[in-house]
Amino acid sequence: MTDGLPRFSRLARWCLLLLLGAAGAVMATQNTSGLADAEQQERFRELTWELRCPKCQNQNLADSNAPVAADLRSEIARLIGEGRSNREIVEYMVARYGEFVRYEPRVGGINLLLWLLPALGLLIGALVIWQRTRRSVAGDAPLMDAAQREQARRLLQEAARQRADGQERAGPEA
Amino acid sequence: MRHAIYIIPLVIFLGLGVLLYSGLGKDPSHLPSALIGKPFPAFSLPDLYEEEKLLDTSVVKGTPSLVNIWATWCAACRVEHPELMRIAQEEGVPVIGINYKDDPEEARAWLARYENPYRSVVVDRHGRLGLDLGVYGAPETYVVDAQGRVLYRHVGVVDRRVWEERLAPLLQGAGAR
Repeated sequence: MTDGLPRFSRLARWCLLLLLGAAGAVMATQNTSGLADAEQQERFRELTWELRCPKCQNQNLADSNAPVAADLRSEIARLIGEGRSNREIVEYMVARYGEFVRYEPRVGGINLLLWLLPALGLLIGALVIWQRTRRSVAGDAPLMDAAQREQARRLLQEAARQRADGQERAGPEA
Repeated sequence: MRHAIYIIPLVIFLGLGVLLYSGLGKDPSHLPSALIGKPFPAFSLPDLYEEEKLLDTSVVKGTPSLVNIWATWCAACRVEHPELMRIAQEEGVPVIGINYKDDPEEARAWLARYENPYRSVVVDRHGRLGLDLGVYGAPETYVVDAQGRVLYRHVGVVDRRVWEERLAPLLQGAGAR
């Protein structure tokens, strides 16, 4: 018992540290919003998470330190405070910064290709596999039908008889 | 007909080849403005030299013009300044300045020191107009036609090459002399 306890508590300490670190990261994004109620803060987190920073292109608004990202964050907070819906806020950003600001592309138009291509690939793959397995199953099936079987049997008999004849004829000479 | 299936990988390969080749040499950070073909966003902001006077979209209408987003904190704006001077003086194209998130006092001092290429300067102290335009840094330069529609956005320094290859043809097409 006394052996196990210190080891466990060390692990627990690490876990606690990790948790605190994660909580700090969450609070860092939360603090910039200046929104009072929890539901609005949650929406703020969602929106800054799914909108992309136009300046530093591979970061979302929540992550980015660029001045324009800070501006857009405060703009989002303002719009949430005004009672706009998430959809309206995303539209507002797209109208100004273009389709680019969405991390999740709109379904429709040319983007439809983007959404459907993986599913299409999967479908084609499944089709190919299905086709191939069906063919190999067919390979295991009887190669000949009854008539062909009968013909083969007759051919074999014929061959055997010819061999026997040949041996008979060759016999006396040998 | 059965062999048709062997062409599919080739077709996919060629398709991908064309797609990827067309992407080569493109600048991935180049973003077309969301406002192309749309009217310049409405604003009502003070004039840098007469702060009690409010300017609106009428400053970008009448003749095709360039709208330049600049600030004193923007080092690249200093770089493009001589070219803007040349465009305003030699090409006779009106350049409208938008002083973006800057201190008007410092902006006036900056223009006094380096000369003022702008026909008017709009003070966008809090970046509200910048936000409506989709500005994400300075300098940015917009080509606006006589009706106040946005034709083009250039992000970064305007130099002679940008003028000759991009801005001048668009302005000519829009009817600038």
